[in-house]
Amino acid sequence: MTAISTSGLTKRFRGGQLAVDHIDLAVPLGSVYGFLGPNGSGKTTTIRMLLGLAYPTSGSASLLGMPMPDGATRVLHRVGSLVEGPAFYPFLTGADNLARYDAADRTADPATARARITEALDRVGLLAAAKKRYRHYSLGMKQRLAIAAGLLRPRELIILDEPTNGLDPQGTREVRALIRQIAADGTTVFVSSHLLAEVEQICTHVGVMRTGRLVFQGSLAELRRTGAARVTVHTADAEAAAKVLAALDLADPRATAGEASAVLGDASPEQVCAELVQAGVGVRGFAVTSPSLEDLFVGLTGEGFDVSG
Amino acid sequence: MSAGRFYASELRLVMLRRRNLLLLAVTAIFPLIIGIALRLAAPHPEGGNGNGVAFFNQLAGNGVFLTFIALSTLLVLVLPVVVAVVAGDSVACEAGYGTLRYLLAVPAGRARLLAVKYGVIVTYALCATFIVSAVALAAGAVLFPVGPVTLLSGTTISLAAGLLRLLFVTLYVAAAMAALGAIGLAISTLTEHAIGAIAALMILVVTSEVVDNVPQLAVVGPYLPTHWWLSFDSLLRVPVDTSTLLRGLLSFAVYALLFGSFAWARFTSADVTS
Repeated sequence: MTAISTSGLTKRFRGGQLAVDHIDLAVPLGSVYGFLGPNGSGKTTTIRMLLGLAYPTSGSASLLGMPMPDGATRVLHRVGSLVEGPAFYPFLTGADNLARYDAADRTADPATARARITEALDRVGLLAAAKKRYRHYSLGMKQRLAIAAGLLRPRELIILDEPTNGLDPQGTREVRALIRQIAADGTTVFVSSHLLAEVEQICTHVGVMRTGRLVFQGSLAELRRTGAARVTVHTADAEAAAKVLAALDLADPRATAGEASAVLGDASPEQVCAELVQAGVGVRGFAVTSPSLEDLFVGLTGEGFDVSG
Repeated sequence: MSAGRFYASELRLVMLRRRNLLLLAVTAIFPLIIGIALRLAAPHPEGGNGNGVAFFNQLAGNGVFLTFIALSTLLVLVLPVVVAVVAGDSVACEAGYGTLRYLLAVPAGRARLLAVKYGVIVTYALCATFIVSAVALAAGAVLFPVGPVTLLSGTTISLAAGLLRLLFVTLYVAAAMAALGAIGLAISTLTEHAIGAIAALMILVVTSEVVDNVPQLAVVGPYLPTHWWLSFDSLLRVPVDTSTLLRGLLSFAVYALLFGSFAWARFTSADVTS
């Protein structure tokens, strides 16, 4: 069983815009899955369909083995979620807001409600602000209260849509630590973000969205493997060095001032270095570099982070 | 049982919200003002120059009639506004705050959420109506003599029997308001702007009342949502005009069912985008 799986999940808005285009998600149980993509690439629409808030135009989705949206009332109490920012009644306190959501849950035990609310607030560090009205919360506190709502009961899956959106670096670190903690308890975490750096540090798996399509899905290691390592030679005679690299059948040899590079491929760096020296190229520096995840991500999603589909 | 907890939680929220409490306070003040004004005007017991409204002449003889005067006066605008605010707010305000998506992700269940919302609207309407009756009865008892009740048909019944009739009248008015609440709930599922839903419902009420008063449009009258509201005076006659009452109650039931179904169909099938 997977925590989340979708097959050909598609959403076309009434205006005709294709927001999500046949995506096949497979989120393994126990993983921390980063759902990446620029703003407007269909991440939130996908999450809305996963939670049964929006109905797919075609395709299917299931959460913890239960089909959605039909199984919503049977499975969602095992799933905590934060969708498109926190939302609470501004005139109620943080604790009262949580109590309200808990009362709406037909499977929650009212006898333990108070204890569970206290525990959830404690986990996100809001216990001191429990009796404060939501309207007086800072942005970071609001975000944490939304996560607390997701933690009111033991969950098997937590879905977090842009949990660090709008937070300062301090708040971002707090939320990241919280996600690590939740994952450490064995809960599957599905976290969407438009920032790679956000998920790189905490995720085991990633899915990358671009204009409604899932352009990559797999473990972080698999994503890294898709990037070809390059060999870079620092030298005064870049042209000659590039010629040697080309003679060794290395792909995409390039020469710039003081530097030559090519895709390493199956060649061994030792041999390349030896050949360079033998050809009389004065080697000042020699390096094998893999593209950063950032480079790979940009390669997958296109020109930038804020290109909307 | 669990729906009971959800209902209790939502009811507490609606009832304790300052705005809604204020509205209930306003409905309580109106019967007082009407009572005092009528006491000061001191209509003559014989009702000589009666001002045309059926209950007013009876009032001087019996304070119980202040309740019927208050109910029929407040039914024109005040009670519908009070119910419209809570009904129009019900789903639209959740959508507006964004709390709707979290309630559904809890999961509250779409049909269950709607049922709880409607239950709260009906309870609130019942409260508002009974507050009017209770305050008017108390004010009537203080300001005017109280005793056996002379009905509109001229028959006199005991005070206890009169109070029983008052109970039925109040329930009839509450039923009318519950039907209005169903229309409000349906409108509320269409928008995330609560004020829009409230305004739309009030425009509907006023339009219906205006159309109902145009003689040339009398043929549509009985099908208007507000047409049967004041028919509770049928309860104040001997024998009771049950056919009118039943037609009124049927009208309320049809409106509640129609708009309840519409709200359900819309709310259980639409994407939640707020």
